[in-house]
Amino acid sequence: MEKVLTKNIRPDLSYVDLNAYEMAGGYQGLRKALVMPPADVVETVKKSGLRGRGGAGFPTGMKWSFVPMAADTPRPKYIVCNADEMEPGTFKDRLLMEGDPHQLVEGMTVAAHAIQADVAYIFIRGEYYLSEERLKQAIAEAYQKNYLGKNILGSGFNLEMIVHMSGGRYMCGEETGLLNALEGKRANPRTKPPFPQVSGLFGKPTIVQNVETLCNLPHIVKNGPEWFKGLSYTQDAGTKIYGVSGKVKRPGLWELPMGTTVRELLEVHAGGMQDGVKFRGLLPGGASTDFLVEEHLDVKMDFTDVAKVGSRMGTGTMIILDDQTCPVGMVANLEHFFAQESCGWCTPCWSGLSWAEKALYALEDGKGEAADLDHLSFITKLCAPGNTFCALAPGAVEPLQSALKYFRADFERHVTEKRCPWRSR
Amino acid sequence: MTKFYVDNRLVEAPADQSLLQACLTLGYDLPYFCWHPAMGSVGACRQCAIKQYKDEKDERGRIVMSCMTPVAEGTRISISDPEAASFRASIIEGLMLNHPHDCPVCDEGGECHLQDMTVMTGHDYRRYRFNKRTFYNQHLGPFVHHEMNRCIQCYRCVRYYREYAGGRDFNQYVKGNTVYFGRQQEGVLESEFAGNLVEICPTGVFTDKTLRKHYTRKWDLQMAPSICVHCGIGCNTTPGERYGSLRRIVNRYNGDVNSYFLCDRGRFGYEFVNSPKRIRQPQLRKDGKLHPVTATAALDHLRPVLMSGKVIGIGSPRASLEGNFALRAMVGPERFFAGVADTEHRLTAAMLDALKNGPARTPSLHEVELSDAVLVLGEDVTQVAPLLALALRQSIRQKPFEEVEKLKIPLWLDHAVREAVQDQHGPLFIATPHATKLDDVATEICPAAPDDLARLGFAVAHELDGQLPVVSGLSDGVSALAARIAQALKGAKRPLVVAGPSLNSEPIIKAAASIAWALCRAGKPAGLSFTAPEANSFGLGLMDARPLREAFEAVRKGEAESVVILENDLYRRAPQSEIDELLNTAKHVIVLDSLMNRTASKAEVTLPAGTFAESDGTLVSSEGRAQRFFQVFVPQGDSQASWRWLRDAMLAAGQREAAAWKHFDHIVSALAEAIPALARAADAAPSAAFRAADSKIPREPHRYSGRTAIHAGVSVSEPKPPEDAEAPFTFTMEGYPDQPPPALVPFFWSPGWNSIQSVNKFQEEIAGPLRGGNPGVRLIEPGQGSGAPLAGNIPEAFSRRPGEWLMVPLYHIFGSEELSAEAPGVAELTPKPYLVLGSEDATALTLNDGGEAQVVVNGSRLSLPVRVRPDMPVGVAGLPVGLPVGEFCALPAWGRISKQ
Repeated sequence: MEKVLTKNIRPDLSYVDLNAYEMAGGYQGLRKALVMPPADVVETVKKSGLRGRGGAGFPTGMKWSFVPMAADTPRPKYIVCNADEMEPGTFKDRLLMEGDPHQLVEGMTVAAHAIQADVAYIFIRGEYYLSEERLKQAIAEAYQKNYLGKNILGSGFNLEMIVHMSGGRYMCGEETGLLNALEGKRANPRTKPPFPQVSGLFGKPTIVQNVETLCNLPHIVKNGPEWFKGLSYTQDAGTKIYGVSGKVKRPGLWELPMGTTVRELLEVHAGGMQDGVKFRGLLPGGASTDFLVEEHLDVKMDFTDVAKVGSRMGTGTMIILDDQTCPVGMVANLEHFFAQESCGWCTPCWSGLSWAEKALYALEDGKGEAADLDHLSFITKLCAPGNTFCALAPGAVEPLQSALKYFRADFERHVTEKRCPWRSR
Repeated sequence: MTKFYVDNRLVEAPADQSLLQACLTLGYDLPYFCWHPAMGSVGACRQCAIKQYKDEKDERGRIVMSCMTPVAEGTRISISDPEAASFRASIIEGLMLNHPHDCPVCDEGGECHLQDMTVMTGHDYRRYRFNKRTFYNQHLGPFVHHEMNRCIQCYRCVRYYREYAGGRDFNQYVKGNTVYFGRQQEGVLESEFAGNLVEICPTGVFTDKTLRKHYTRKWDLQMAPSICVHCGIGCNTTPGERYGSLRRIVNRYNGDVNSYFLCDRGRFGYEFVNSPKRIRQPQLRKDGKLHPVTATAALDHLRPVLMSGKVIGIGSPRASLEGNFALRAMVGPERFFAGVADTEHRLTAAMLDALKNGPARTPSLHEVELSDAVLVLGEDVTQVAPLLALALRQSIRQKPFEEVEKLKIPLWLDHAVREAVQDQHGPLFIATPHATKLDDVATEICPAAPDDLARLGFAVAHELDGQLPVVSGLSDGVSALAARIAQALKGAKRPLVVAGPSLNSEPIIKAAASIAWALCRAGKPAGLSFTAPEANSFGLGLMDARPLREAFEAVRKGEAESVVILENDLYRRAPQSEIDELLNTAKHVIVLDSLMNRTASKAEVTLPAGTFAESDGTLVSSEGRAQRFFQVFVPQGDSQASWRWLRDAMLAAGQREAAAWKHFDHIVSALAEAIPALARAADAAPSAAFRAADSKIPREPHRYSGRTAIHAGVSVSEPKPPEDAEAPFTFTMEGYPDQPPPALVPFFWSPGWNSIQSVNKFQEEIAGPLRGGNPGVRLIEPGQGSGAPLAGNIPEAFSRRPGEWLMVPLYHIFGSEELSAEAPGVAELTPKPYLVLGSEDATALTLNDGGEAQVVVNGSRLSLPVRVRPDMPVGVAGLPVGLPVGEFCALPAWGRISKQ
């Protein structure tokens, strides 16, 4: 199995400096991209089938094609890296930023060239101070060797790159909330349309991409779209950094071909469940995805196949639910998080999630009523996509709606027994 | 117009609207919260959800927010779709999770948009059984009460306060279901427009604190259409009365004037009507003191005085056209004097002249909002004509809108527009002696002495038209600025010049007119907006009264023995010594006024004049718009409209022409006939004879309660309600139940719409004109002339004098206006008199901010605390005018300042 994104990452996670990165073939993708017309870079990425790794899986090349490229386009144009990795259970971008920061710098520069951006921002989760430190160092090194700055490698292309640390809100990871935060405003989501490609950061054309997405770019440009497609088991191209957390033997992250099955991830790479606990279900891609259960273990983890069974691959970092953990308690914990992180803008989100949180805690405390289950189910419909302003609430109710489906009996036991069966009396 | 389908009915709407706005215009009841007609759509509350279908065959459709979806040809939507209706009810359920069940004691009750929308959606059963979140409330000053537990997080308040009105001391805090709207710390709201929160808030978070202090249920108020009397803008208002006292003022929509908003002086200044200083009975001086007498006794006393001849009248810019006209008729036009300072008199004439004879039109406030390049010359607009400042704040968005339209973002999609625009704004140049509260959105400011401001103006005019005289001796900086201003005005589609009499400078007015006319000659539809200091300054100006100084002379020379003073404290118009002399020399001084003041206290006879709430009248705004206010309630005591007192006195003195003025309409016709400039004043509103379906219009809502009980303590038989022969209104709840003509709307109400949002149902188009046209008639339109270059004398450059400072007047929204200053809330916010000095001058005088300075100006010696403002030009100092304890002081004037 070919490692692409993680091949330079050292076992001790020490810093990979510019020299080491170049020795391993670094910045070759950028060199190649800079002599290509921007439109050709966009076309290459389109052909590669790369889909956004932040969770939504939007085709990257297509996203870029909406950026106005005419000579009279408003300037500056921006490329923004969404490194605000706040999704519970997700820690893949951290590995890439800490383990091989130049790869991200190169990827961003490739993307910036493709859309002819003038300024690049890396918006990093506030707690990721090591990522900040390493990216700042990598950027400084890149400036010195003219991988950044004016007239990059004599190509005539200019790019300034700036690291920005998040103030710390889940909403900052939402594409447009991030742009507001970057402008120094409250991280509420923005009206779409207009999309950021047309009116984004400071009202100018902007592309926002996830760390892992950007890191793929130098390799795609260097090795071509067909190579990239060939990395995958399925129709969704490339490799994917998968993760597993929960009561498994070896929780962690692995770069594997896109479309690796859930079972392989769980049983081979994560080493199976810890002794004495049994698998009950999993959230495939962070907290805001629907549960999958036993019957789904052979599903291929990619955007298309996971969607077919009623969930989303999301970030591809799974959280495992075992039989010794209360599913209601787990969902209560998640809804607490989402209710707390709701920006408070749209009614279904701020009212629905706070209600759901209270009802779930009531169930956990043995004070649940049968009607609460109906109310929870009602809230999941209230927060359906299209009903809310952004994707936070629809994502937030995904674990809840699927838990109500797969673990209904556990919810009902909380009501009938007037206690949480997992808690000792 | 675009055709689309609502519940399979083919309808039409303009394409540049959201579906919500279009549906409301079409009369559909579609609930909403976060959307506001003046502020557009942001998609927060999700209350206006509807179903949208792809085509005729699509039966499932999908839920969309009507406020976020544009009207498009062939769109098929459903409001009545059960899924959409049930979603809307669910949203109300969500909003109600935390909303307290305090409706019975809530001061929003009865006009609560949340109540209305709750009923509209049919949500009626509470399923949520957990605790509600609670908040601490803040003290926000004397006007706005804060009750955060009622908040439904619609974000209207913060959008209005910050984004629309430009306030900075109010924000949203926290997240989730605990978003807090308020100040970072308790304290008086800084915005002059904070009172609009009361109407912007769809429920009872922000309510009128002055009303709370003498609370009454909204449906128990007796109301009539009125006009604000606290500045020259002429905002339309709805005052409400109960038990003989005025309880509050709310906005009365007029799409050309104030649209949805009022300033805090206009909204909260009304309490002067209830002041203990009110004169409520005729008074006669006896043994050196004023004693109450009957009206008959007062008139008997006046008969010989008036019959003796040698009577002069002094009119008033705060009295109605009718009052001024009656006085003018009583004494004769040649013995009628303007009750304003002579400079103001001259400047008013100059402004009216410029508007009547030149080619530049004075725009309505709505048109001001649409201006795309503005020069403000010499006016601190926020303080002297607040709603004009609010309109200018919107005008700066016009230029960036052009870019937004290129991005194909609809202008009503408010946050998308603001995100695209960021902090860009169109040209707004502000040239005043000191910083103003509009400076934050100014392209450039130019603090300078009045003469230098005029010179800048003339320099701009010269830049626009090389034929106009060159201003000699300008610095390179000012010349370059003049060129930039001229460039911006020339490059605009609808340029506007704003000036006025605040600095008592005729050159400034001439320069402003000169710029606007030069633009007109260049083919631009330039606007020329003048501020007017008082509610009827322009009305009085159109009457050709003689200057006040000549009244002093007439009395001094013995040509006049008796002086009739109409609603005017002359001590605000001229130096004390001159007024003292006038009042002491005149044999008889007769004062008609509503509040006891220094002038009235020296009168031989005082007659109680009804305030705007107790009489009918016509005022001419700074737009030249004649607007009618109607009596709200029958006052206690003998107060009545001044024109009635004057008519009664004339009849007592045998002046038979007054016999024709039986009713209000008669005097309006008489003045329209006598004064050509006011010929159309009678058209300001329908006459008393107006009937709708043979009925008069009720001043009281049909829910008005307790009529039979109000007087039960006196007599159990219900007294006959007062008749009103003067206006087409009744003092009851009986009468025409439907929508009256726009000038006669006593309050906005529509079935199911009890809040001020019911104005939707009275508009031809949402946020457009009222059905039947916005009230008022414009009396001043541009002349036929092409605007020959205006010959104005360009003043010499300001040069500072050693040891002296040019004292310029400073204005305060709270305190500088006479009547509102008597309202307790306004009085609380009125500053004590002070002196403003620039940093350099303060240092030279070794005066610190807060230190005490001795000021000698116009012969008065004042001891005043110093406020140091870095922007004040060197050699210029500022003195606030009109504050209650301040003496009249003709400014600008040279004065001396010292530390000791």
